[in-house]
Amino acid sequence: MNIFVGVDLGSTTTKAVLLDERGTIAGRGITNSRSNYEVASRVAREEALVTARFNLVRNALVADSELAGIADGFVPLLERTFRREQYRDQLRRLRGELHRSGDRGRRSQSPTRLREVLDLIVDEMDERADRHFGALAVRKSDFFRDLAGGDYMALAERFAEPGGVEFETLSGLFDRAILPVENSVSETPMEELVGRALDAAVGASGPRGGAAAGLELAVARVRSTPLEELSSVGTGYGRQRLPFPKEQIRSEILCHGLGAHVMFPATKTVLDIGGQDTKAIQVDENGIVTSFQMNDRCAAGCGRYLGYIADEMNLGVHELGPLAQQATTCVKINSTCTVFAGAELRERLSLGQRREDILAGLHRAIVLRAMSLLARSGGVREEFTFTGGVARNPAAVAALEQLVAENYGERTINISPDSIYTGALGAALFALSASRKAA
Amino acid sequence: MLLQKEMIGKHYRDLASAGDEGSKVVYTFVPGNLTELMGSFGVLPVLPEINALQSGMRKLSGDYISEAEKQGHSEDVCTYVKCDIGMLKKGNVGPTGLKLPEPDLLLLSYTGCFTFMKWFELLRQEYDCPVAMLHVPYQADGRIHDHHRDYIVEQLESEVIPKLEQVTGRRFDEERLRQRLALSAEAENDLVWVLESAKNVPSPIDAYFGGVYYIGPIFTAFRGTQAGVEYYQTLRAEIEERLAERRGPTTPEGELEEERYRLVMEGPPNWTSFREFWRMFSEEGAVVVASSYTKVGGLYDRGFRHDPERPLATLADYCMGCYTNLSLPARVDLIADYIREYRADGFMINSVKSCNSFSVGQLLMLRQLEERTGVPGGFIESDLVDPRYFSSANIKNRIESYLQMLEQKRGTAA
Amino acid sequence: MNAELAQLLDRVRGLSEDVDFACVREWKGQGSGRKAVGYMPIYVPRELIHASGMLPVGVLGAGDRLEIIRGDAYFQSYICHIPRSTIEMALTGRLDVLDGMLFPSICDVIRNLSGMWRLLFPDRYVRYVDVPQNFSPDVGGAYWRRELEQLWSDFSGLAGRPRDARALARSLEIYNENRREIRRLYEARSLEPWLYPASELYLVTRAGSVLPPEEHTTLLRRYRELVAEESERREEDLSRIVLVGTFCEQPPLGLLLTLERAGCSIVDDDLLLGLRWLTEDVPEEGDPLDRLAAAYLECSCQTASVYQPEGRRGGWLVESVKRNQAEGVIFCAPSFCDPALLEQPMLVEALAAEGIPHTQFKYSENTGQFAVIREQAGTFSDSIRLWSEA
Repeated sequence: MNIFVGVDLGSTTTKAVLLDERGTIAGRGITNSRSNYEVASRVAREEALVTARFNLVRNALVADSELAGIADGFVPLLERTFRREQYRDQLRRLRGELHRSGDRGRRSQSPTRLREVLDLIVDEMDERADRHFGALAVRKSDFFRDLAGGDYMALAERFAEPGGVEFETLSGLFDRAILPVENSVSETPMEELVGRALDAAVGASGPRGGAAAGLELAVARVRSTPLEELSSVGTGYGRQRLPFPKEQIRSEILCHGLGAHVMFPATKTVLDIGGQDTKAIQVDENGIVTSFQMNDRCAAGCGRYLGYIADEMNLGVHELGPLAQQATTCVKINSTCTVFAGAELRERLSLGQRREDILAGLHRAIVLRAMSLLARSGGVREEFTFTGGVARNPAAVAALEQLVAENYGERTINISPDSIYTGALGAALFALSASRKAA
Repeated sequence: MLLQKEMIGKHYRDLASAGDEGSKVVYTFVPGNLTELMGSFGVLPVLPEINALQSGMRKLSGDYISEAEKQGHSEDVCTYVKCDIGMLKKGNVGPTGLKLPEPDLLLLSYTGCFTFMKWFELLRQEYDCPVAMLHVPYQADGRIHDHHRDYIVEQLESEVIPKLEQVTGRRFDEERLRQRLALSAEAENDLVWVLESAKNVPSPIDAYFGGVYYIGPIFTAFRGTQAGVEYYQTLRAEIEERLAERRGPTTPEGELEEERYRLVMEGPPNWTSFREFWRMFSEEGAVVVASSYTKVGGLYDRGFRHDPERPLATLADYCMGCYTNLSLPARVDLIADYIREYRADGFMINSVKSCNSFSVGQLLMLRQLEERTGVPGGFIESDLVDPRYFSSANIKNRIESYLQMLEQKRGTAA
Repeated sequence: MNAELAQLLDRVRGLSEDVDFACVREWKGQGSGRKAVGYMPIYVPRELIHASGMLPVGVLGAGDRLEIIRGDAYFQSYICHIPRSTIEMALTGRLDVLDGMLFPSICDVIRNLSGMWRLLFPDRYVRYVDVPQNFSPDVGGAYWRRELEQLWSDFSGLAGRPRDARALARSLEIYNENRREIRRLYEARSLEPWLYPASELYLVTRAGSVLPPEEHTTLLRRYRELVAEESERREEDLSRIVLVGTFCEQPPLGLLLTLERAGCSIVDDDLLLGLRWLTEDVPEEGDPLDRLAAAYLECSCQTASVYQPEGRRGGWLVESVKRNQAEGVIFCAPSFCDPALLEQPMLVEALAAEGIPHTQFKYSENTGQFAVIREQAGTFSDSIRLWSEA
C-alpha cells in the first residue's frame, strides 16, 4: 500500500498521520516531543505505521463475512498485546540503562546491591505490564515515560529501605536512564513487534475451525503487505529542526487550515490554542489559508498559561476546566501575563475569592485574548473550528461559545476529539497533493 | 556601496576633528532635517537615530540600552533614545569607533514623532548648549495648509536661523541655501528613478533592505552637496546596468536568482538582526518592491522636490511631507497605491515596539489595505535596536507561513 | 457623613463610572438639536465648543468597567490601555452620543488614534488639535489663533449657529469661574488634605468632564461647603506627597484609595489636567479669540507633552513640592506612556538636586490589583516620615 505521511512536531507532543492514495486516514501516531525532535518524529511515524497495520487487519477481517464477527474483539486485543510487547521491549532497554547509570556512579552502596534492587524493581514492573494492558485497564498516559515512571517510583519507595539503597539514588537513576531510552529507537524493529503481537493475539483470541485458519491467512496477508511511504511533509513548532528537506516542510498555519477543512469541510475560521502559541486562521472553501494572526512574542493566553495556573493551584491541567465550570460568578482577571498571573491569583485567593470563580475568570481572560486575534484575522465566520489542547477544556469552550455568540452571532463551533491531529493531517494532505502533482 | 562607505567614513572623520578644525556641530533628526540650511552655515550634522541604528547593526545597542535602563529609563519607551543615552554615558564613541563631538546646537525638528521632543530635552540636560525647536504641524487631514507652512517659515526665521547665526557667527546667506537646494533636487531625481526601477518585473533592487542603503546619503549629511549628486548618479548608472542585464537585487547571499514574491513593506526594519531578517526574505525569493520606511526622510517619489525658488517654504513643505508626519488614512492610500503601481503580491507590516508613530494603527491599516486591495497582508513584530525584541524563530515562522500562503493562493488562482 | 454629601459623592462616582454617557444623552434630550463634542486628554479649548451651544465631553477611557473584546484587536501589546477602551466604547456604540471628536497633540498614540477615527468613522467630525510648541506670540500665537479660528468655524458649522463673539466672551467667563473653583479646592486641599481625600477630589473634579461647566461649578462649590460642615474628618498624620504622571490614562479609583490607605496624603497631582489647564483667568478685555489664544501661550500649566523652551525640566514639580509643603513625590505613570515615562528621568534629576524623596510605579486604567503598590507606597510613606523626623 502506498502511504503519505504528515508529521506535526509540537512543543509538547509530536503527531503523525498516514493517508492512503484516496486520502483516507490509514494510521495515526503520537508521542511526547522530548528533547530530541528527530527521535520524536520517528517514533510518532512508527506508531502511525503500527496503527495503520492494525487498521489493515481490521479491514481484512470486516471484509470477510466469516471473520467480520470477531473484528471488534480481535483488533483491540491485538493492540493491547502489541502495547504490552512494546512496553516490555522498552523495559528491557530501561533495565540496561539503569545498570549502566548505576555502575557509573560513585556511591556508598555496593554496585552489586544497587543492581539487585534495580532488578527487583524492573522485574516487578515487567509483571505489572499485564495489568497496564489488560482489557479493562485504564492508563493515565500512553507514553512510556509516564507509565514506567509511575511504577518505578512506587516500587523504588517500596524496595529502597529493605534493599539498603536511598530512594533519592534510585529516582535519580531513573531520571538519567529514561533519557537515552526515550531519545533512541529500539533495535527491535517495529515490524517484528507487530509480528509478535499478531502471533500472540491469534493464539489468544481462540477462534476455532475454519475461522482460525481464515484469521491466520488474513493476518499473514496483512503482515506481508508492504507499507510504502511515497512522500512526507513536516510541520509544527519545532519544524525548522525537522528531519525533512526544506521543500517538504509546510507552515503549521497552512497545515492547520487544511486539516480543519478536511475534518469539517464547511470551516471558514479556525482557532488553535496550543501550548506555545495561539493562531487565528481564515480559510476559503478549499481549505486554503486567506489570512492568519498569531499571538505576539509572549505566551500570554496560551495553553502554557493554564499549565502555570495549574501548578500554582496544585492541580492537574485537565482539572481546571471542570472546576471553573462550577463557578457561581466569573471574577474579572486583568492579567493574562504568566509572570503576573501567580501574584494575582494568590492575592485573589487571600481576599477570599472562590477558586472556582477565579478559574472561570482565568479561562475567560484566555479566550478574550483569542477573541482579539480572531478579530485581527478577520472575525469569526460560519463554520468555526476550534483545535489545540485548550479545545479539550470545557470551561474554555464554554467561554468561547458565549463570546462568539455575543460578538458574531450564532456560529457552529466544531471541536473534533481528534483535533490534536489537525496539523499532521494537513501536512499529510500536502504530501499527498505534492505527490499527485509530481505524477 | 563602496562609495557610500567612503562618504560616511569621511563624515565621521570630519566630526571627530570638528573641535580641532573649529567646525560647529549640530545634532538633529532624520525626518524634517534641514540639511541644506545647516550646510549653508557650514555646520556638521550628527543624527542620533543613525548612530543608534548603526550601534544596533554593530551589536552594541543591547549594552547601551541596559545602561540607560540602569540610569532610570523605562523599559517601555523608545530604544533609539535609550541606545543614544547609553552611548553617551559610555563615552559617546560613534559607529566608526571615533568619538563624537559635543553639540554646539540641538536642532529639534519636531517632525512626525513625539519622542523627538523628549529625546532632545534629555540631551539638553546633558549638554550646555542652545536648542532650536521647530514645531512641524501634523498633516492630520491629509494636506498642507498655508498657515502651517507660514508657521514653519516663521519659526525658521525667528528661531532656527538666528540660533544658527549665533552659534556659527555667520550671517544667513539665502543664495548659498538656494545653491544647495538645487543640488538636492538633482540628487532627488536620481533617487526617485532608482526607487521606481522596482516597478520592473523582476525588480533590479530591493527597496527596503537594499533601500536603506540607497536612502542613506540623502537622508543624512549629503543632501544638497556635490558628493550627494555624484553618489546618486553612480547609483543610478549601476541600477540601469543591472536592469539592462536583467539582474536581480543584491542580497546577503549575493545576487537573487529568482524573484518569487513581490512585497510592499510598512514599518522600519529591525537593526540588531538586520542581515538575518533580510535573509528570511531573500532566501524565499521575496523582494520588497516598495516601502514606507524609505520615505521617512521625504516622499520624493510622490513629486516633492526641494525648490531653490522658495527656499524656506520648500523646507517647510519638506518637513510636513515626511512619511511619519502623514495621517493614517494618507498612509493607507500611499501603500495601497504602491501595491497597485508596483504589482505586489502582498504587503507586510513590521511593527516595532519602539515607534508608536509608526505602530499605532498598523493593525487597522492591515485590515483596510486587505479590504481595499484584495491583497493579503502579513504582520510581524520586532524592535528597532532592542535585541531582546527580535524573536528569530517567531518572525521566521510568520514570514514563511505568510509566503507559503501567497504561494498556495497563487496555486489555486492559476 | 452628611446625607447630602454622600449623595453628591454617589452622583459623581456614578458619572465617572458611566461608560454609556447617560448624562450626556440626558443633556442632549433636554433641547432639540443639542450636540456634544468629545475630547481626549489633555487640553482642548472647551470654551469654543461651549460658545457654539454644544457640550464638551471628556473621553477618558473606560477604566476597568469594560471588558476589552474588540479594542485589543487594534493595538499591539506594547501600547497603553486608554486607546483600547476608547475604541471599545466607540465600536460598541457608546460614543454615538458624540457629534464630534477631538484628539489633542499629547503623544503619537493619541495622534494616530485620530487617524484611526477617520478610517473607522468617516462620517463623523474628527479633528486633531495640534497645540503650538512655539510660545512666541507672533509665531506660535499666530498659528494657534488660526487653528482656534478653524475650530470655532467647524463648531459653528456642526452646531448650525453663527460664530458669536459675545457668546464666546461669556463662555470664557464661565470657564474662568469653573477653573477658579477647582483652584480653590486644590488650595483648600493643600491646606487641610484630610478634609479632601484624593479619591473624592478626583471624582468631584472629573464630573466637570461630562457636566455643563455652569452646573459643575455649582457642584464644586456645594462640595466645598458640605465638606466644611463635615465634623467627622479629623486631621491625620500622613505623608504629604505630590502625584505625577496621571495626566492622560486615568488611574483606577482603587489606586488613589490604596495610596491614601498606605499613609500618603496627596497634596498636589496632575490628574484631570485639561480641566484646569490655564492657571490664570483668561483676561476679560479684548477680542475673545485673541485672549483665548494668548492664554494658552502665557498661562498653560507644565506637563510632559508641552515643550519648555528654556531652563531645565522639572522646575514646576520642585515648585509644587515647596508650595504644597510636600515631603515626597510619587511617580505613577501608565504602562507604555511615552510622555510620562520619558519625562520621568528628568523630573527625578530635578528632585534629586533638591534632595526630595520619590518613588515610582506603573499602572494601567484597568489594574485591579494593588497589593504591590500598597506595599511600596506604605514603605515610601513610612520612610519619608522617618526621614523627616530624623
